[in-house]
Amino acid sequence: MRFGVVVFPGTWSDCDFHYVISEVLHQPVKYVWHRERDLADLDCVVLPGGFSYGDYLRAGAVAGRSPVVEALRDFIARGGYVLGSCNGFQILCEAGLLPGALMRNECLQYRCQSTHLVVDNVETVFSRGLRPGRVLTMPISHGEGKYHADAEALRTLKAGNQIVFRYAEADGRVTRAANPNGSLENIAGIVNPEGTVLGLMPHPERAAETAMGSADGLLLFQSLLGSLVEDGSFLKR
Amino acid sequence: MRVRVLVRLKPGILDVQGAAVQKALAGLGFTEVTDLRVGKVIEVELQTATADAARARVGEMCRQLLANPVLEDYTIEMADDLARRGAVR
Amino acid sequence: MTGAPPKVTLDLARDSGLTAEEYERITSRLGREPTYAELGLFAALWSEHCAYKHSRVYLSRLPTEGARVLQGPGENAGAIDIGDGWAVVFKIESHNHPSFIEPFQGAATGVGGILRDVFTMGARPIALLDSLRFGDLDDPKTRRLVEGVVSGISWYGNCFGCPTVGGEVAFAPEYAGNPLVNVMCVGLVRADQIVLARAEGVGNPVFYVGNKTGRDGIHGATMASATFDDSAAERRPTVQVGDPFTEKLLLEACLEAMKTGAVVGIQDMGAAGLACCTSEMPARAGTGMDVELSRVPQREVGMTPYEILLSESQERMLLVAARGREDEVRRIFAKWELDAVEIGRVTAGGTLTARLSGEVVAHVPLSLLAEAPKYTKPTAPPGWLTEPLALDPLTLPEPPDYGEALLALCGSPNIASKEWVFRQYDQQVGINTLVLPGSDAAVLRVKGAPRALAVSTDGNGRHVFLDPRRGAAMAVCEAARNVSCSGATPVGVTDCMNFGSPERPEILWQFAQAIDGIAEACRALEIPVVGGNVSFYNETNGQAILPTPVIGVVGILEDAGRRATQWFKGAGHRVALLGPDHTSLGGSEYLWRAHRRLGGRLAPLELELERKVQAAVRAAVSAGLVTAAHDCSEGGLAVALAEGCVTGRELVGLEAALDASGRGDQVLFGEGPSRVMVSVEPARVREFEALMAESAIPWRWIGTTGGDRLVLRLGTKTIVDVALDRIERAWRSGFERHMA
Repeated sequence: MRFGVVVFPGTWSDCDFHYVISEVLHQPVKYVWHRERDLADLDCVVLPGGFSYGDYLRAGAVAGRSPVVEALRDFIARGGYVLGSCNGFQILCEAGLLPGALMRNECLQYRCQSTHLVVDNVETVFSRGLRPGRVLTMPISHGEGKYHADAEALRTLKAGNQIVFRYAEADGRVTRAANPNGSLENIAGIVNPEGTVLGLMPHPERAAETAMGSADGLLLFQSLLGSLVEDGSFLKR
Repeated sequence: MRVRVLVRLKPGILDVQGAAVQKALAGLGFTEVTDLRVGKVIEVELQTATADAARARVGEMCRQLLANPVLEDYTIEMADDLARRGAVR
Repeated sequence: MTGAPPKVTLDLARDSGLTAEEYERITSRLGREPTYAELGLFAALWSEHCAYKHSRVYLSRLPTEGARVLQGPGENAGAIDIGDGWAVVFKIESHNHPSFIEPFQGAATGVGGILRDVFTMGARPIALLDSLRFGDLDDPKTRRLVEGVVSGISWYGNCFGCPTVGGEVAFAPEYAGNPLVNVMCVGLVRADQIVLARAEGVGNPVFYVGNKTGRDGIHGATMASATFDDSAAERRPTVQVGDPFTEKLLLEACLEAMKTGAVVGIQDMGAAGLACCTSEMPARAGTGMDVELSRVPQREVGMTPYEILLSESQERMLLVAARGREDEVRRIFAKWELDAVEIGRVTAGGTLTARLSGEVVAHVPLSLLAEAPKYTKPTAPPGWLTEPLALDPLTLPEPPDYGEALLALCGSPNIASKEWVFRQYDQQVGINTLVLPGSDAAVLRVKGAPRALAVSTDGNGRHVFLDPRRGAAMAVCEAARNVSCSGATPVGVTDCMNFGSPERPEILWQFAQAIDGIAEACRALEIPVVGGNVSFYNETNGQAILPTPVIGVVGILEDAGRRATQWFKGAGHRVALLGPDHTSLGGSEYLWRAHRRLGGRLAPLELELERKVQAAVRAAVSAGLVTAAHDCSEGGLAVALAEGCVTGRELVGLEAALDASGRGDQVLFGEGPSRVMVSVEPARVREFEALMAESAIPWRWIGTTGGDRLVLRLGTKTIVDVALDRIERAWRSGFERHMA
């Protein structure tokens, strides 16, 4: 699978995703500059974390209107996969490629900590092969990660089984205490109705090697590559 | 032409920053504060023929970038409105 | 400011911070009165902050050489060879004065400045550490300062994208009027690609890159060279505002430009801005410089030459490019949407010429600018030490309940968990951080090499106050010991010397003694000082801070997989104490916490023993013999053991019997150097014993892990028996409850 990692001015998880994809997963990967519009030779585009344009107006606002993000609409329409983590999730919401918005953390402080995520939906290309209810450990690092959607949008998300990850306790219980930023219904990651565009606040690239404390983030990529068979029922494609 | 945009969270969306400021004010003795919301001000200088044209262009800026329709409302004030209101500096 | 510049007089020179003698020296060497712009140059470059007038004679006593040293003091940062073609670049700097005036921006721009010092060397920053000191936490003003400083560091470091992996936060009333914000940055570069701040090559173009110049921060260097009084709050306008986004773009643009080979030299416009760069860069290379100030990108109108030269606007660099390769430099900076404007040339003359629209506004020999006077002012041991040194802590009563005393210490803000601080900092971007904040040292891997780096900072102001020489030497030892406890070999030191006014003989005595202590310890441990910073005038209304040298140590871990952390890993492990029994309650956290006293004498420091203990710990870690290693520092052995029990992912209990020869409070809470506690799995006990016998250091088994309590005995008498969850609660909430 050919990966592209997008670089906006102010992006900083680009090198980390590039490293994990090339050095850990041994997949072809290249950087994609934010002004590029040609994504024809890619299968999956990664929007990494960081502070694109300083997040000075709103997190992800300016990047959400950049040429490369405009080009994503076509890319998605023709079946391409998009993974947006942290600032990448904020950008996807700002661009309207995912519903809702990410607001300032309820505690009003930046939060960098390990979190547990319970997997709600195993029917996306990023989570197929995972056991429903499986708990993953991944760090977060953000100041604006409180997911918000209005009642109608939330109903649609639920009806379409679009909520993929929720912040949980180590045993998978979704509790108020396990919610690090005040996200609506502990939402940590969602997909588009087709399940091909994933946005999540946690950092899978920081949990892709046991040396870094967790390799659970790798499961997302292995799922995407079709090589993950965790519950014995391997899905096609 | 000088235009001021006020961007604030939509009614009903919890403003944690506003709540924190309100609490801090109460701590300083301003207990009469019953509600407080924090927003942001964006001042735009632009060259247009008329005030209406300026208002229209800035409205477009708000829709495209300056405000996030999921979370935020905005109001546009022309410099004239501000002068009339005797805005405090 | 418009119109003709003011006429330069002695009074004006005095107002700029120069003395009558210094002004006389300038006029006689120039053979004329300086212009107003020239006066600005001298005032800035001859300020204490830039010229180290009072400290240079002492700093020369520090050992700065070693086989691994690629760059010692005098450049933007120091560099050490770590093998496999890599070099580590690091430096610590203070931003104390700006942080007191405006905590958020002061701390933020402190982070920005030290990041630039590291990446101007061609290195990509991989870690930040912050050493912070504040007044008593019970004072609401302190809480506001802590909040401001921590959020400023968080904002700048996180937005820029460099992880904050360590540092310390400590509280003492002496810092109330002068908090300390010291920031250390560590970067990596290929050893053959280090770039220096030298304006080599006559005829080479001089580029101004980065943010535009405004009037912010003019006189920052002179501000940092004066003490505060109550008018400090009125100095707000001189504080600069940080822009971490632009800094991130500068980082990428600079590293990309350096990679092409078109960059000859580069320097950050930090203190004294353009004035400093245009004089230091050619001075280092033996060249001169001729610059046209009207070409400097400006964001305010009507700026005078004086203002352009002395502005301390942030996120700006002066870059000397190779002639003929101007377009390559311009193209890269344009790609990153940054200004890169050619403002002048490197010349042969040995002079700095600054023009405004062609007219010369300053023309001075660089040798004169670089020749700030060196002062050897009088020093005198302070009379204020007599009373505290006479205190014998053992004349004070013992605590009625040792368990409660231990809980109180674990909950002291100086010892308690700083998670409230660290969770606001990104600790992992770059995916190198193998050991996160919370152990003795942070450990970062070097991708593509088997090695890792361990980093730590330390500096105990109370110890240095009571005995500057021994206290400063102990700070070096402790920072190095922290690194050794992770398994790494210390290879380089950077020091940040925070003191009061050097014009007071007692303060200069503290400084001179501390430098001697650092020099002795660095020589004994064979770790050179490759860079640092002196921050004087940390006093308000005549009240000086505790003398606080903050020592940053970088170490190399040969095998990234063979490392230790401070917490116990499971039940049934034997626990040993390595090092001497001598400790003292003098200057200890316990003495302050329990009796509110700062006094007594420090425990003895034997540098040879220190070296051997550290070597033994490293050998044990690298042989895979220990499951935990933790330095005994603030709070003494009892606190070190308690931390072993409660600071890991799981609580692990311990029963230990301690040396019964002293009084309980001294044995449990006495502080002293060269002491490390380790835990060993039963299967490795024989090997460990053999290794210790070989290392010829004093050591003994003291207990075994297990259970859910911490039980400590003196001989046969149990004096502490506390449930771990109580210790954990005290430790977790001790600092955070003040911030709620």
